[in-house]
Amino acid sequence: MIAIIDYGVGNLFSLAASLKYLEADTKVTNNIEDIKKADRIILPGVGAFEDAIAKLRATGLVDTIMEQTANGKPLLGICLGMQLLFEESHEYGVHEGLGLVKGTIASIDDDLKTEGITDLKVPHIGWNSLSFAEDEPLFKYIKQGDCVYYVHSFYGKDCSESTIASSEYGIRITGAVRNGNVYGTQFHPEKSGQVGLNILRAFLEV
Amino acid sequence: MITKRIIPCLDVRNGRVVKGKNFEGIQDVSDPVEMARFYNEEGADELVFYDITASVEERGLFTDILTKVASEIFIPLTVGGGINTLEDFDRVLKCGADKVSVNSGAIRNPDIIESAARKYGDQCVVLSMDIKRVDGCFRLFAKGGRENTGIDAVQWAVDGVNRGAGELVVNSIDTDGVKGGFDLELLDEIAARVNVPIIASGGAGKMEDFSELFKHDGMDAGLAASIFHYKEIRIKDLKEYLRTQGVEVRL
Repeated sequence: MIAIIDYGVGNLFSLAASLKYLEADTKVTNNIEDIKKADRIILPGVGAFEDAIAKLRATGLVDTIMEQTANGKPLLGICLGMQLLFEESHEYGVHEGLGLVKGTIASIDDDLKTEGITDLKVPHIGWNSLSFAEDEPLFKYIKQGDCVYYVHSFYGKDCSESTIASSEYGIRITGAVRNGNVYGTQFHPEKSGQVGLNILRAFLEV
Repeated sequence: MITKRIIPCLDVRNGRVVKGKNFEGIQDVSDPVEMARFYNEEGADELVFYDITASVEERGLFTDILTKVASEIFIPLTVGGGINTLEDFDRVLKCGADKVSVNSGAIRNPDIIESAARKYGDQCVVLSMDIKRVDGCFRLFAKGGRENTGIDAVQWAVDGVNRGAGELVVNSIDTDGVKGGFDLELLDEIAARVNVPIIASGGAGKMEDFSELFKHDGMDAGLAASIFHYKEIRIKDLKEYLRTQGVEVRL
């Protein structure tokens, strides 16, 4: 069973529907026992980091998530769910994350400005082509340059040792990370058409 | 590289897709779920559904269709039509919409943009505008393009972005249904004043109209209905053509 963690952040309709479409046994849950029983965990999320990490901690599930991932259970964080895996975020202040992936979450806008790039819009919204590390299990069913759907204003950086995919948007945008059995995608596989379904299918097999 | 988006728009009334010329003479085209499947296979980057119904029963039919589409089509879905309150946002988001577009509802109550952006994020709020030239000025029209509000349309776009709209759909009534190309004069004027994605709507008749559009700075997406519904242009062919013209697209 795949446990999609429900902590009151974002719309889980498409994620649950896409896993159902892949015929995966899926449960949207905030129950500790479900997460312990699950074969895989998905941490979704849309919105602001500070609010999301507070809501996640308020569920009392963080210890279980940490313990289950330490035991080798695959976890996939999506969009803000990926960002929560990082050590800290600089989105409106400095906020501590789960620390499952080394690196920080930074503003795309600030980093574009630092590079002197003024003609790109933030949020980074739309389909962008993905370059990924060969042999990464998450990408076994897709091709280099396939497009995935992004919607975000902040991104993961200083995470080169975990970065397994990226897209170009004036700067290198971290597209996906992996630290052992902990995976994260900045883009939305559940909104990335057949390519996204293929990434989710691969996660069901890791 | 970020790609330019091609978006078919499905106006839904009484459970069917309809499309008229200059907003009049509506005629039935096809089943929305079937069309969503077709467009997904063709490579549409996003789908827009406009609910152009009035009655409560038809509204239920619309959300049923939306749920069905969102259960099997995994690309971004935008819903518009009859969005006036946060409850309306909630109703369609729960059925699988990713973004919600407001038009007349925002004219009646501009605060809806701000409160929805605060609750669901800027990326979720699309401000859609029907615009027409009146005595040489761009004016904002309400009620599906039937009523001149007298509001300066370009200023309305700027204000909408300041209130939190994450994207703009700029629909030109003057070029809509005419198939003579997008209203580039209007689009350029708005693009010069805002920094959110712009979805151009109204006037596409041939593939060159899209390549012309994307030569202009600040254009992120082209939206059309009848030319896609009647298969005058296939999205797949259009994207292949755009690629030969040096436009980055998702193939």
